[in-house]
Amino acid sequence: MSEAYVRGAILPPLAPPVSERGVVKWMRENLFSGWLNSVLTVLAVLAVYYIASLCLPWLLHGVWNAGSLGECRSIIATNYGPDAGGACWAVIHARWYQFIFGFYPIEAWWRPILDFALLFVALAPVLFSDNPRKAAIMVGVVSVILVLSLMALVPWWALLLTIALMAGLSFLSYTATSKLLWVAAVYPFLSVWLLWGGSVWGPVMAMAGFGVMVLVYRVISPGLGVIMGTALGFVAACIWWLFLGSLAAAAIQSVVPFGLTYVESDRFGGFLLAFVIGVSSISISLPIGVMLALGRQSNMFLIRTLSVSFIEFVRGVPLITMLFTASLLLQYFLPPGNNFDLILRVVILVTLFSAAYNAEVIRGGLAALPKGQYEAADALGLDYWQAQRLIIMPQALKVSIPGVVSTFIGLFKDTTLVSFVGLLDPLRGVTTIVRADLAWKGIYWEPYIFVAAIFFIACFGMSRYSMYLEGKLKTDHR
Amino acid sequence: MAMAIETPKQGFRLGMLIYDTRYRAITIQVIVLLLFLLFVGWLADNTRHNLALKGKDIDFSFLWRRAGYDIGQHLIPYTNDSTNFWAGLVGLINTLVVAVLGCIFSTILGVIFGVLRLSKNWVVARLMTVYIEMFRNVPLLLWIILVYVILGETRPQPKDFKAAADGTQIATMNLWDSVAVTNRGTNLPLPLLDRPLPGGYTSALAIIIVLIGSFWINHILSNRAKATQEATGVRPVMWWKTLAILVLPTLGLLLAMGFHLEYPVFKGFNFQGGINVAHAFTALLIALTLYYASVTAEIVRSGIQAINRGQSEAAYALGLRPGRTMNLIILPQALRVIIPPMISQWLSLTKDTSLGIAVSYLDLRGTLGGITLNQTGRELECMLLMMLIYLIISLIISAVANAYNASVKLKER
Repeated sequence: MSEAYVRGAILPPLAPPVSERGVVKWMRENLFSGWLNSVLTVLAVLAVYYIASLCLPWLLHGVWNAGSLGECRSIIATNYGPDAGGACWAVIHARWYQFIFGFYPIEAWWRPILDFALLFVALAPVLFSDNPRKAAIMVGVVSVILVLSLMALVPWWALLLTIALMAGLSFLSYTATSKLLWVAAVYPFLSVWLLWGGSVWGPVMAMAGFGVMVLVYRVISPGLGVIMGTALGFVAACIWWLFLGSLAAAAIQSVVPFGLTYVESDRFGGFLLAFVIGVSSISISLPIGVMLALGRQSNMFLIRTLSVSFIEFVRGVPLITMLFTASLLLQYFLPPGNNFDLILRVVILVTLFSAAYNAEVIRGGLAALPKGQYEAADALGLDYWQAQRLIIMPQALKVSIPGVVSTFIGLFKDTTLVSFVGLLDPLRGVTTIVRADLAWKGIYWEPYIFVAAIFFIACFGMSRYSMYLEGKLKTDHR
Repeated sequence: MAMAIETPKQGFRLGMLIYDTRYRAITIQVIVLLLFLLFVGWLADNTRHNLALKGKDIDFSFLWRRAGYDIGQHLIPYTNDSTNFWAGLVGLINTLVVAVLGCIFSTILGVIFGVLRLSKNWVVARLMTVYIEMFRNVPLLLWIILVYVILGETRPQPKDFKAAADGTQIATMNLWDSVAVTNRGTNLPLPLLDRPLPGGYTSALAIIIVLIGSFWINHILSNRAKATQEATGVRPVMWWKTLAILVLPTLGLLLAMGFHLEYPVFKGFNFQGGINVAHAFTALLIALTLYYASVTAEIVRSGIQAINRGQSEAAYALGLRPGRTMNLIILPQALRVIIPPMISQWLSLTKDTSLGIAVSYLDLRGTLGGITLNQTGRELECMLLMMLIYLIISLIISAVANAYNASVKLKER
């Protein structure tokens, strides 16, 4: 009688077969799960290989120091043989400043740089309203970059001043982020003054117009009511802006002269111009967009009709026709002899353009709100503007920020179109000038790649921010 | 006991116009109307003054005068003796050609890329992500100019296609010697008919009628197949019938009319025969297609991701393969999410054809808003007319697309 075999101990588990673990499993599942997938993988790898075999040698053979395209080519030929191709980055090395600043005078470069840094300081409390740590990190990083980039441009005492200013702002952003909103409020005027220069008192007096508005409102509203107060305040501010402000500015300037060298608009160019047009248009168009969106939802027939026709008209024509309107037609529509700055004209038309798009984005935000919010506001006895200000807009704007960011991305890319009305945008304006230079004649990949890279960094960064925001907003809504 | 409370009768006071909500809306609208009319009047008055200062008037009669310039690409008969109106029409057709082709190509490519980006295949998904991010984060204008410059600067001259005495050529034609891309343009084969039907456009009309007829018969057949499938559970094999019905009649008609291709041939100093397509058109079309394909791909991706995971899991549970799941379950539902943003993409694409200005493509903006405007000096009339036409095109596209959208929308009650 044989003894039945009984195993006394549990066997250790075998390792899974080779095809079911590690790299092989991953490849089987992700790359070769079926014949179609395998074909796709092979094709994709071939495509990557093809592109890399074209680009990599070209990139690796790049020359950074040369005086002309011919010199570049001879350097590449001596280093890598007569048939080797290579990038001639020397053109970027020689002309990078034109892509960034256009013809902005070199001794004033610190102004746009400081202005750009302050833009982020002004944005910090808006972007990271609930997170002082992130706001402080952003301001801190911007400060460091600002100081580094100013090092070669300004004397030591100005650098120390900048360091002190930025340190103060960084500290402020951590301890009281909402205080930075004052920087945001002053920023538009400061920015115009920094970029164009001239007397400081003009922007100060323009700011004082808002002071006049508030003052008149404070005086009148207790007696005559909010509506009359607002209306008269607005009228008073307009009178100030149109007549008194410039007189006052001239008077103070003659007593206390203080200003920066004036820079003409036609010296603006490159990414400086793109940012000036993009940022000013989007920031002015936001309030207009809110108004248009509200107008579109209004119960009043006339206001709704006007808003809808404006929005649909602007969205129905290409931006380029709007730009041509700025350069060709605006001179007809404005009083005779009125021939103001082309950049300003373009900004006005681009603002109207993006206002219509923002209006649609904000309308989407308004539509996303449940009806109960409106009804609750009514039930509490809030009037229309109170309801909008306290209940509707905070929620609707929050929902529409990602949309506004993508409108801005589109607008920023579209600023390249201003070259068609004679402004010096980075893509077509500056590149054409560079390519027309005898030394760089025949170059095409390098300047376009450089411009594309900067656009890519800016737009990709903004779209990532908008995605981060979308993710953050999703959690507290559902 | 019912008690009716009399509201105290009040006389009308002026303040009620502002403080009584019953009248406030009217007051505001009247004020807005007045301000609007004042604003329009101010603009009109300025315009009148400015026109008088320049000694101009508003006059559209320039439309009927001789244009005096050539347009390389014209799909309707055009010479430089034609009127400005006709030149504008040629431009409008050029705009529409690029727009329609761009919409078709970018939609097809975009759907493919969007689906591929969601593929489980790691390499393909990453490759598509790189492509999409690269194209949508860089201005469209850059792509147009770059494609144009590359075509113009890297392609060989026409004379390089000429065979030298020893039979060697610097450059060769592509696609079995049918297509030649030179630095001046692309030479394509031209479809020709040996025995066309009498009359101007009757041959084209006949082909279109036959095509419509085949589609109609195919529709009937597939309905019948569906009925058979529902009655018996077995779907008759259809693919060869469909193929035959869609292809054979048209092919027969073309053969009967003596269809052949005229290939471009190098003769003398340039290519003769075939169609020469200017690089302005090619560059614009390629750039628009690639750029909008990346945008469309993002729309498709978000549309597919908006579909509940349960849908695909249920499909897998029913035993459908991934391809069938995508075709039968996911895409039809995703389409409802995808179509509204897609409509606005088509609109943007149509408007962005005006960027052809960068490569001197003579579209509506290039003719009516470009050369005609500069030659006649009629800025006001040309710009207004051009904006109006763009506006009408946009409104038509959105009306048609919205009607389609309404038909595929989930019917909710």
